[in-house]
Amino acid sequence: MDTFLQQLINGLTTGSVYAIVALGYTMVYGVIQLINFAHGEVVMIGAMVAFSVIMALVGAGTGLPPALVVLLGVLAAVPVCMAIGYALERLAYRPLRHAPRLAPLITAIGMSIILQHLALLIWGRDPRAFPQILENASFAIGGAAISTVQIAIILLSLLMMAGLTWFVHRTKFGIAIRATAEDVRVAALMGIDANRVIAATFVIGAALGAVAGVMVGTYYGIAHYTMGFVLGLKAFSAAVLGGIGNLAGAMLGGIVLGLVEALGTGYISEISDLCQWPLVGELLTERCAAEGHVILFGSNYQDVFAFLVLILVLVFRPSGLLGERVAERA
Amino acid sequence: MNTPQERKFALLEAVDLEVHYGGIAAVKGVSFAVEEGEMVCLIGANGAGKTSTLKALARMIPSRGEIRYKTERLDRLPSHALIKMGLALVPEGRGIFARLTVAENLAMGAYHRSDKAGIAADLEHVYGLLPRLKERAEQLAGTLSGGEQQMLAIGRALMGRPKLLLLDEPSMGLAPLMVEKVFEVIRAVAAEGVTIFLVEQNARLALHTCSRGYVMESGKITLADSSARLLADPRVRAAYLGE
Repeated sequence: MDTFLQQLINGLTTGSVYAIVALGYTMVYGVIQLINFAHGEVVMIGAMVAFSVIMALVGAGTGLPPALVVLLGVLAAVPVCMAIGYALERLAYRPLRHAPRLAPLITAIGMSIILQHLALLIWGRDPRAFPQILENASFAIGGAAISTVQIAIILLSLLMMAGLTWFVHRTKFGIAIRATAEDVRVAALMGIDANRVIAATFVIGAALGAVAGVMVGTYYGIAHYTMGFVLGLKAFSAAVLGGIGNLAGAMLGGIVLGLVEALGTGYISEISDLCQWPLVGELLTERCAAEGHVILFGSNYQDVFAFLVLILVLVFRPSGLLGERVAERA
Repeated sequence: MNTPQERKFALLEAVDLEVHYGGIAAVKGVSFAVEEGEMVCLIGANGAGKTSTLKALARMIPSRGEIRYKTERLDRLPSHALIKMGLALVPEGRGIFARLTVAENLAMGAYHRSDKAGIAADLEHVYGLLPRLKERAEQLAGTLSGGEQQMLAIGRALMGRPKLLLLDEPSMGLAPLMVEKVFEVIRAVAAEGVTIFLVEQNARLALHTCSRGYVMESGKITLADSSARLLADPRVRAAYLGE
């Protein structure tokens, strides 16, 4: 098996999901400079709602084609998440619009905890096996394998990214979102109601997040009330990597982060095998002879890469890959 | 005679307008009026409170006192409601959307409108008035020169079909030749029937452009007269015309 190509495919898959979730962070940040830490939880709820709907449809023995069942799951998750996104903005963040920046940030963390525990109450604390009803065929390409689900995730993500890009560049309201992100006071002089634009960024981000939640659930075959936390942090890292507030940056950052993570995970045990290192290896001759490998970091270090990237970006290029302005406040 | 129906309202009127930043008063109870079709200027030194006055009119900052646009109380409205009523502001420092293209900036000026044919006609009109904008329609506005940005800010305001145009220091930071061009455009806009309320530090230019003027000093209006008389006033000549 070709590790490199395989990890490239895997990285592209998770990276697409990170990109979609990162868009939710970056859109909101672009307009009100708030990091909506509850966004990861919105993604989780999207997965959970879809899970319930799919289970119900399968359990009822409707005999609908699997793809349609998953689609119905998505169609149920999207409006629920949009409503949550709207409620978050309206009830939690809008009253704090003019408060010191720390207040909404802490509120965001609070909202994240509340949503997590709400999900805990509804869906329980055990991980739920996400129904694997789609036929997941694998195709061999150049010594690696790509599955139908992976192809679907990558294509659907690209489609959503293209759609959002079209929306913010070609529609009047989309351009108004960009104008508001640049200068909310001048945008108001044009008759643009900032509250509508801000609410829209939450709702659109939540809709994308809902789809991302279903994609993650389908990909890993599992859904859990805490799944939004690390996913959210990684997507946030991706948004920072691309340049927070920048839509193209979030897309690029997500894909790059997915690739870094997959390749890092693919090679870390090989690289950190001390027996391969000339000097250290000699010191460990006995152990190496006995065990074959002395691996420092296994692939369970997968989650480290995203945060390593986050730290490196913050130290060396705080404005991110495509960001113009240095984010002066975090 | 004094029944509300018969009372003649100015297009814009401010009564005892006050602006405070924290505990500091920037505008200390000023009153003025602009009649329909007029060109009126508000001149004064840096920090006199001119921009604060204009921002209060456009509801960009909170203020006390009454602001009336025809019969409506502006001081009770949010900023984004004004353009629908016909009031546009070209803000200090131009306030163009740098990361939007020139065409997108102009489209935002017509955000509140939905009459496609009218918008298209006004776009042609603005391009006719400001041909440089048409040449640069697809460029990012941030790449324009200062003068072109000022033209864009004015063109964008015109796209909203304003009846009253508030201009905040349109000459600021521009080369003399460019200032001349910007003011030519402002005169052309006024000639089309748009009422102009102009805030300017360049008192001579403002008074030569407008028919009437107010002089503002440390948050208060100290003089109000026709431009001709203000230009001849020894206090104005000494303080603002460098004579």
